[in-house]
Amino acid sequence: MSTSNVELPAWIEVVLIPVLNICLALFFAGLIIFAIGESPLEAVSIMLNGAFGYDEGVGYTLYYTTNFIFTGLAVAIAFHARLFNIGGEGQAYIGGLGVGLVFLLLDGYLPTILLLPIGIIAAALFGAAWAFIPAWLQAYRGSHIVITTIMFNFIASAVMVYLLVNVLIRPGSMSPETREFSQSTWMPFMHEMLAVVGIDVTRTPLNLSFILALVCCLLVWIYIWKTRWGYALRTAGQSEAAAVYAGIKPKRIIIITMCISGALAGMVAVNEVMGVHHRVILNFTAGYGFTGIAVALMGRNHPVGIILASLLFGVLYQGGAELAFEMPKITREMVVAIQGLIILFSGALALMLRPAMVKIWLAIKPAQAVAQHG
Amino acid sequence: MKLTTRLLRTGLAATASLVLAASATAADIEPAVVFDMGGKFDKSFNQGVYDGVERFKNETGLKYREFEVTNEAQREQALRRMAQRGADPVLGIGFAQAPALEKVAKEFPDVRFAIIDMVVDLPNVRSIVFKEHEGSFLVGALAALASESGKVGFVGGMDIPLIRRFACGYEQGAKHVNPDADVIQNMTGTTPAAWNDPGRGGELTKSQFERGVDVVYAAAGGTGVGVYQAAKDAGKLAIGVDSNQNYLHPGTMLTSMLKRVDVAAYNVFMDAKNDEFTAGIQVLGLAEEGVGWALDEHNESMITGEMKAKVDELSEMIKSGDITVHDYTSDNTCKVAG
Repeated sequence: MSTSNVELPAWIEVVLIPVLNICLALFFAGLIIFAIGESPLEAVSIMLNGAFGYDEGVGYTLYYTTNFIFTGLAVAIAFHARLFNIGGEGQAYIGGLGVGLVFLLLDGYLPTILLLPIGIIAAALFGAAWAFIPAWLQAYRGSHIVITTIMFNFIASAVMVYLLVNVLIRPGSMSPETREFSQSTWMPFMHEMLAVVGIDVTRTPLNLSFILALVCCLLVWIYIWKTRWGYALRTAGQSEAAAVYAGIKPKRIIIITMCISGALAGMVAVNEVMGVHHRVILNFTAGYGFTGIAVALMGRNHPVGIILASLLFGVLYQGGAELAFEMPKITREMVVAIQGLIILFSGALALMLRPAMVKIWLAIKPAQAVAQHG
Repeated sequence: MKLTTRLLRTGLAATASLVLAASATAADIEPAVVFDMGGKFDKSFNQGVYDGVERFKNETGLKYREFEVTNEAQREQALRRMAQRGADPVLGIGFAQAPALEKVAKEFPDVRFAIIDMVVDLPNVRSIVFKEHEGSFLVGALAALASESGKVGFVGGMDIPLIRRFACGYEQGAKHVNPDADVIQNMTGTTPAAWNDPGRGGELTKSQFERGVDVVYAAAGGTGVGVYQAAKDAGKLAIGVDSNQNYLHPGTMLTSMLKRVDVAAYNVFMDAKNDEFTAGIQVLGLAEEGVGWALDEHNESMITGEMKAKVDELSEMIKSGDITVHDYTSDNTCKVAG
C-alpha cells in the first residue's frame, strides 16, 4: 500500500515525526556511548547542561545557531526554486572577503552607525556575486548548479588562501590573517548590549547578528509566501513549463534566487568576521555552509523549521564540545559520529517512520483521514 | 537549576583560585593542553606535543586536561574553560591560537599560559617559537649532497607563511652546497585538508620524480605519509619532518628535520611543577637544540662520513653566526644567497 500521498495532520508531520527521529538517533548514540563504557544518561545531561544550563553555554549555542540559520535559509530559498545550492561554504567565505575589503579601506574614516550596514551589505553583495556565476551558468549554459557550486567552494578557498597569504596578510604576521579592524566595525556583543540595560551575563561570541538572522527568517518567509516574486519562484520550482506559460521567466528566477541565496550565506561573515574575529582569517566558515544543507532538510525548508533545526545543531555543537571536555573518553570524532547519527535520522531517514505513522493514523481515525484523502 | 549551577561554578572558581595560590609552592599542578585542528594523533606537530605531555604524565604521575578544537570559536572557549576550571599552566598549540590565548591570558593574569609557534607578549605567557628554517637548511644541504640528479623536491601542506619558512630554509641549504641545484616546490592544497591528504601528496611526489627529482622533503603533516610511500615505491629518497620519521621506511628515509615540540611542551609542564616557569619568548634554533636532523640506526647507512662532516660543519657555522639562514616570515620573501 502506498502511503506517501496520505495526508497526516500537521502536528504529526512537523512535531511528532521529527521528535521521534531525534529520540531514535539519541538511542543509537546512547548505544555507542554505552559501548565505550560511559553512561549515556550522564552524557545527555552534560550535553544539555552544556548547551542550556548556564549563560555562557546558551551564548555559544545561539552563536552557532546564528550561522546555521543563515546557511539554512540560503539552502532553503534555493530549494523552493528546485535549485540545490551546495556552495554556501564558498559564498560565506567570499562574503568575508567583502567585509574585509571594505573595512580595511574604511574602518578609520566612518562611524559605527555607517560601518555596520556597509559591512552587512558588503557580505551580502560578495556572497551574492559568488552565487551569481554558477546561477548564470545554470540558466544560460545548462551547467548543473550542484557541480558548479561545489567547484566554486574550492575556488573560493583557493582565492582566500592566495589573498590572505600574499596580499591581505598583516605584515610580519605568521598567521595568514588580516589586521584587526578598528573597534568601530565590531558588531555589538550580546553581553555588551545586555550590560547596558543592566543585565550581567558572561562574555560569549553571541552578537547582534543573531537578531539579524531572525529578521532574515521573517523576510525570507514574506518573500517566499507573501510576494509575487515568491509566487514566481515557487511556480518555477514546481514546473518550469507552467511557469513559462504563466509568463514567468525561469532563467531570471534562477539568477535572482541564487543571488538571494548567496547573500544569505554571505551573512555568515557578518556573524564570524564582524561579530567574533574582527579580522578575516582562514576557514572561518568551518563547514557551516555544508551543515546548512542538513539544517534546511531538517527544517523542511521553512523559516520556523530552520530556526528549530539550527537550534538543534547549535546544541549539538556547543553540547558536543562540552561532552568532549567533560568526558575524556569521548573524543571529538565520537562527537562527530553522534552528530552524524542525528543528521542521518532526522535528515536522510526523515520519512522512514512515516508509513508506520500513516497506518497508525488510519487505524485511529479512518473516517477523517479517508475523507481528507478522497 | 540555573542559579545553583552558577553558584556551584562560582564556588568552584573560588576554590580553584585558592588552590592556584597554593600551587605556587606545592608540587601538585593541574596542567592543561589545547590541541589544534590537526588533532593529537596527526603523526606530526600535535602528536609531538602529545608525546611530550604524556612523558610528563608518566614521569610525574600528574594528570593533565586536554581538548582538541574543531572550529575557530572553540579555541577561545576551550582556553577560557581550562583557566576557569583552575588548570595551570595552560598550553596552547599552534600559531592560530595566539589571538584567543592573548585574550584569555589577559582575563586570567594569575594563570600561567604557554603557546608554541607564536609570540604572545604578556607577563604570564611563555611563547616558544622555532627556527624551522635552520633545521630545514641542514636537511636541504643533505638532500643536495645525496642527490645525483641535482634536483631536489619539496612538498608542503597548506600554502601558509610557516610552510614557506620550511621551504625557504630548505632551498637555501640545497643551494649552499650545490649552487646549481634545482629545487622544485609544490604545496598540497589551500584548505586544511591539505594537512591530511596522503593520496595527493603521493601524486605530487611522483610528478616531481618524473621531473628528475630524487630527494623529496615533506612539511605537510599527515600528507607526508603519502610522500614517503611514493619515495619508497620509486626507490628515491625522502626526508621527514617535526618528529623523527626515519623508522617509517628504513632505506629510503634519508633523514628527518626535527622540531622538538615535545621537549618544549614537556618543559612548560615540568617548569611549572618545579616552580621554575618563566614567561617571555623562547626562540629555539640549532644552538638551543630546538631543531636539528635525525641520525639513527634506520638511516646511518645512507649518511656517508663525508655528508655528516659537511652538515656538522654547516651546523656549527649556523650556531656561530657565520651563516645566517634567511627567515621567510621576517619579510615574507625568500632570499637565497649563492
